Amino acid sequence: MLKRVHFPSSPLPYLLVAPQLAITLVFFIWPASQAMYQSFLIEDAFGLGSEFVWFENFEALWADQHYLDAFLRTAVFSLLVAALSMGVALLLAGFAQRVVRGAMFYRTLLIWPYAVAPVLAGALWVFMFNPTLGIFPYFLDFFGIDWNHYLNGNQAMALVILAAAWKQVAYNFLFYLAAMQSIPNSVIEAAAIDGAGPGRRFFSIILPLISPTTFFLLVINMVYAFFETFGIIHAVTQGGPGSSTTILVYKVFNDGFVGLDLGGSAAQSVVLMVLVIAMTIVQFRYVERKVEY
Amino acid sequence: MSIKSLLCTSAMLATTVSMAYAETEVQWWHAMGGANGERVNKIAEDFNATQSDYKVVPVYKGNYTETMTAAIAAFRAKEHPQIVQVFEVGTATMMAAKGAIYPVEQLMKDAGEPFDGDAFLPAVVSYYETPEGELLSMPFNSSTPVMWYNKDALDAAGASIPETWDDVKVAAQKLVDNGMECGVSFGWQSWVMIENFSAWHNMEMGTKENGFAGFDTELSFNTPAVAARLDDIASMTEGNLFKYGGRRGDSLPMFTNGECGMWMNSSAYYGSMKEQADFEFGQTMLPLDTALADAPQNSVIGGATLWVLAGHEDEEYKGTAQFLSYLSSPEVQAWWHQETGYVPITTAAYELSKEQGFYDANPGTDTAIKQLSLNTPTPNSRGLRFGNFVQVRDVINEELEALWAGDKTATEALDAAVERGNTLLRKFERSVK
Repeated sequence: MLKRVHFPSSPLPYLLVAPQLAITLVFFIWPASQAMYQSFLIEDAFGLGSEFVWFENFEALWADQHYLDAFLRTAVFSLLVAALSMGVALLLAGFAQRVVRGAMFYRTLLIWPYAVAPVLAGALWVFMFNPTLGIFPYFLDFFGIDWNHYLNGNQAMALVILAAAWKQVAYNFLFYLAAMQSIPNSVIEAAAIDGAGPGRRFFSIILPLISPTTFFLLVINMVYAFFETFGIIHAVTQGGPGSSTTILVYKVFNDGFVGLDLGGSAAQSVVLMVLVIAMTIVQFRYVERKVEY
Repeated sequence: MSIKSLLCTSAMLATTVSMAYAETEVQWWHAMGGANGERVNKIAEDFNATQSDYKVVPVYKGNYTETMTAAIAAFRAKEHPQIVQVFEVGTATMMAAKGAIYPVEQLMKDAGEPFDGDAFLPAVVSYYETPEGELLSMPFNSSTPVMWYNKDALDAAGASIPETWDDVKVAAQKLVDNGMECGVSFGWQSWVMIENFSAWHNMEMGTKENGFAGFDTELSFNTPAVAARLDDIASMTEGNLFKYGGRRGDSLPMFTNGECGMWMNSSAYYGSMKEQADFEFGQTMLPLDTALADAPQNSVIGGATLWVLAGHEDEEYKGTAQFLSYLSSPEVQAWWHQETGYVPITTAAYELSKEQGFYDANPGTDTAIKQLSLNTPTPNSRGLRFGNFVQVRDVINEELEALWAGDKTATEALDAAVERGNTLLRKFERSVK
């Protein structure tokens, strides 16, 4: 009773939170629960008849070798996209940081690709690497490399990784640059006076100090590779050749919207949902505490 | 202004508005982009100009898959169009949705439109009929795979136009010897190399009359006959006699660039080819495998039909029926056929094109229709009715790609395709119960 007297409840906080709650409910919770429900059904495309089957759709997934392969493929794809885009971004940020004249110009150019929509990015790479018309296969031919990503699964994978990483470099670059600029100059100058060269300064001072950014970007890039690369894959390979570039999110689309297997597709998206929740927990629980600030 | 006059004006306004909308609208969702999209619009406009009761509104909804998915989603939300264009692989899915579709033959009868099933080309309509012979959807754009050849290249290499697979190999060798980068290629490989290869040699692709006789059909194309042909093609990758160029029509540039001298794919590429190829090209019938048959049977069609969806007003269905009648009239069909390379769906349209001298002026353009009407279709060559067929085709694509890449033998690839395909068929069978 005492508490009530001291803190009279007011509707204001609830009102202020309400819009955000409503958005979350309508756009996240409700669709997610629909997906959950759908994943327990086997239904024809038109929704004329459906059968409640509990976990049968999930059981079918685990029994499907192609689904398990897609899991492994997604892991490889995401790690490579994250490593490549973060590595390149780090390198570019390191250089851009040191540029004195025309810094704005370089930075603007480097941030540009981020504004390109995934599908357009994909279309760009499709043109450059088209085995018949593209400029790169023409050059690669001089090195004795026969480029045909319509046929060669590894080449197709390399291509989508390249395209996906390229698009994300700009984003990572921004964060790395900001992180580097927030390092006090005095620390770097002190190291320089102690006789550390640029390489040593980078690895012993800068890299450890921006490690929180690195871990943050790692999670962001993994999520990016898991979900947002859909447009690129759709434009470049459509999951082929074979299923060599069919990552999990593409399989959800393909089974659901092309194959009209709604139950199986929903089950896959529920699995993906669980994965993202797990990744977020890891980020908050583990990574954020381990990182040296 | 008094309230009374206000009411009066608004009532008058309401009447004029409803007068303006007196035409009954018929929504037509289609998947024809680019030049063919404009032709679709022209057909609708021309129909609208012939009468004033109905207005057909064509709406482009993306590619075939997107259009079908959009229509299904719309049906679930009760916002579906009267007419939707669905590609042939979606036939089983549409057919199974008994409460969602309005069979075209039934529609014509109910609306009192004259309808004669015999006017249509048997090979075209048989794909879309029930086992009892009732037409379910109105064929619109149908094509069939043919053998395209670069006449200049063949002449330069001293090769003749191929009629059998042995000829194809000889011609491919000559083309490559003469400096071409590859001999032969093809697209839509499940359709061309499995579905049509089977029909062309009168072999079944699946049990239960290729699925026509029941959803409990099973794929059965993993035969030594098909495997031998595919193994032979795979062996042609050596020396570039054959070069794989991707799914669907992705390999078209290989032919129009003059990289490959022969290309097997839909007759409906005629329009693109006229635009892109700067050499003399021609089309001839698909090659025959002389080890399997003495003469070809007939090829099966691809392309799309117009399905009428259930749940609309009678008046709208009257307009729909009238429009479908107009669409299948000889004049419209002949025009559409000559512009696009799709086959005419009625015998009358074919005859009209002949009379107009189209085939004399454009030799080879009747290859598709000749292939289709070569013989009366058998249960093996009538068409295919497999559920989840989009995915089954993907499976076939994947396994064939493994074959072309040298990762599997033809037997391994076909066995895997059949096994994976059957899983999908069983899943479909269950979902439509």
